[in-house]
Amino acid sequence: MTFSANLALAIPELILAIGALSLLVAGAFAPAQTRMVGWASVLVLLGATVATATQPFGVAFSGGLISDAAATFAKVAIYLASAVVIPLAQPWFERRGVKVFEFPILVLLAALGMGMMVSAGDLISLYIGIELQSLALYVLAAMHRDNAKASEAGLKYFVLGALSSGLLLYGASLIYGFAGSTHFSEIAQAAGAPENTGLLFGLVFLICGIAFKVSAAPFHMWTPDVYEGAPTPIVALFAAAPKLAAMVLFARVLGDGFATAADQWQQILVIMAMASVAVGAFAGLVQSNLKRLWAYSSIANIGYAVLGLSSGTTEGAQAMLMFMVLYMIDVTGFFACLAALSRGGRSMETLQDMAGLIKERPAIALAMTVFALSALGLPPFSGFFGKYYVFKAALDAGLWGPAVFGLVGSVVAAFYYLKLIKVMWFDPSPGATDKPPVEANTIALTSALFAFPVVIVALHSLDMLAERAARALGLA
Amino acid sequence: MMVIGLAHYLAVAAILFTIGVFGIFVNRKNIIVILMSVELMLLAVNINLVAFSVYLGNVTGQIFAMFVLTVAAAEAAVGLAILVTFFRNRGDIAVDDAAMMKG
Repeated sequence: MTFSANLALAIPELILAIGALSLLVAGAFAPAQTRMVGWASVLVLLGATVATATQPFGVAFSGGLISDAAATFAKVAIYLASAVVIPLAQPWFERRGVKVFEFPILVLLAALGMGMMVSAGDLISLYIGIELQSLALYVLAAMHRDNAKASEAGLKYFVLGALSSGLLLYGASLIYGFAGSTHFSEIAQAAGAPENTGLLFGLVFLICGIAFKVSAAPFHMWTPDVYEGAPTPIVALFAAAPKLAAMVLFARVLGDGFATAADQWQQILVIMAMASVAVGAFAGLVQSNLKRLWAYSSIANIGYAVLGLSSGTTEGAQAMLMFMVLYMIDVTGFFACLAALSRGGRSMETLQDMAGLIKERPAIALAMTVFALSALGLPPFSGFFGKYYVFKAALDAGLWGPAVFGLVGSVVAAFYYLKLIKVMWFDPSPGATDKPPVEANTIALTSALFAFPVVIVALHSLDMLAERAARALGLA
Repeated sequence: MMVIGLAHYLAVAAILFTIGVFGIFVNRKNIIVILMSVELMLLAVNINLVAFSVYLGNVTGQIFAMFVLTVAAAEAAVGLAILVTFFRNRGDIAVDDAAMMKG
């Protein structure tokens, strides 16, 4: 394979990398033009999306970079979710006196890292992708420099993220040592051998590292603090695209590299899924800060995605992809709602702040109601379809116990979703809210419209795309 | 005379890695120590990679170690930058102070 043929398969990555670096130079020469850099970054992301969608499939750089249906599916979702965050966050930062052109560039670099994660075919490209994503996200969490909470969130995210990278890397080194190669395809051959204890030892470390990145219990402890402290529109990014990237990476490592050891990792994943659902449902009950509450909700939701994956079938991978994409739209919309709301210039973040919102801001309150019902999994909202796919895949794989456990967990979690709705609809309002900014309002309402009723129309094509993507992931 | 083989290198790496992990969790004093512990973990991984590389007669591990070194440098830079913003807001870098958010 010639070098140019290799590069042709990496066009989305090249667009993002070159775009990010040239915008960095452009921003350095015209630091006042933050909005221009922002819109240019959105264009770069859209360009990368188009390049991804029209790209040929293949394997480049001797197996380091894979371009297949799964990578394409995930990359399109990741790039679009990242592009939405730029117009959402930039005005938000400007209203708080943070006017930096680096912000959209960091989003571009994070998107580049996530894109590499989903097309990694080798432990080295996996590590580079994860680190590129994480380093950009650590900085984004601490972007609001004068805010003590944001810098604390950035610090906690950094320390625990670095720990997880260490675990992941230690696992990768053991896998390399015992398999004799860093390629997933060659690891798969070694994993099929009967005496592979060292390899499984490495796999456990690798799973722990990835579980940190997706915030699955018992590696979830950073999530509530980081969500609460980080700037709200940045949380809209944290909660969506990186989670999908890490889940697809998870599926690819397990499917391409360890399909023959499915019995072993299936048990770990089932326990992780059940622990996540339990932690998310029960710890969420006592939260009063909505960002914290949604952090626990996201832990529970990752539990369902892991449950889908733990079935170890193509159907399970498809369920995971469907669930994650539908969840991404919900959670982006929810944090857009929070970014849109303020009272007297102060962000509204607690449950009490939302009292009587239906009279103050009916559109946003209605959107938040939709997101809460969708996260709860009530038909006909999008969250229901996601959960439906997951439970169906789990039942078909014979995982009755975990599926019932997940269902009970979602009943427990219903308490806090319904409490939010009750507070918004029936409690007396403490005072007038500020006029919501146009961009946050638009993003929130568009996401809500997707959660219902657009999802009914889009479900069929999404199902087809997710199925094609799941077939590429190598799970039986 | 004792021959130093793969197992010895792996043992050293495992010990260093454990010290690194404990350094993050047990240390209650200073955040700089946490950064040092993170570096220790990454170095343990590098010893692993290079030892395996020599043992397998396969150069991939050494290339991987180069990447890890590079990323570790970037990680230290980002970590210290975040630490500086934290210090500016708090005037202190004690671990126990990083507890504004709890619940």
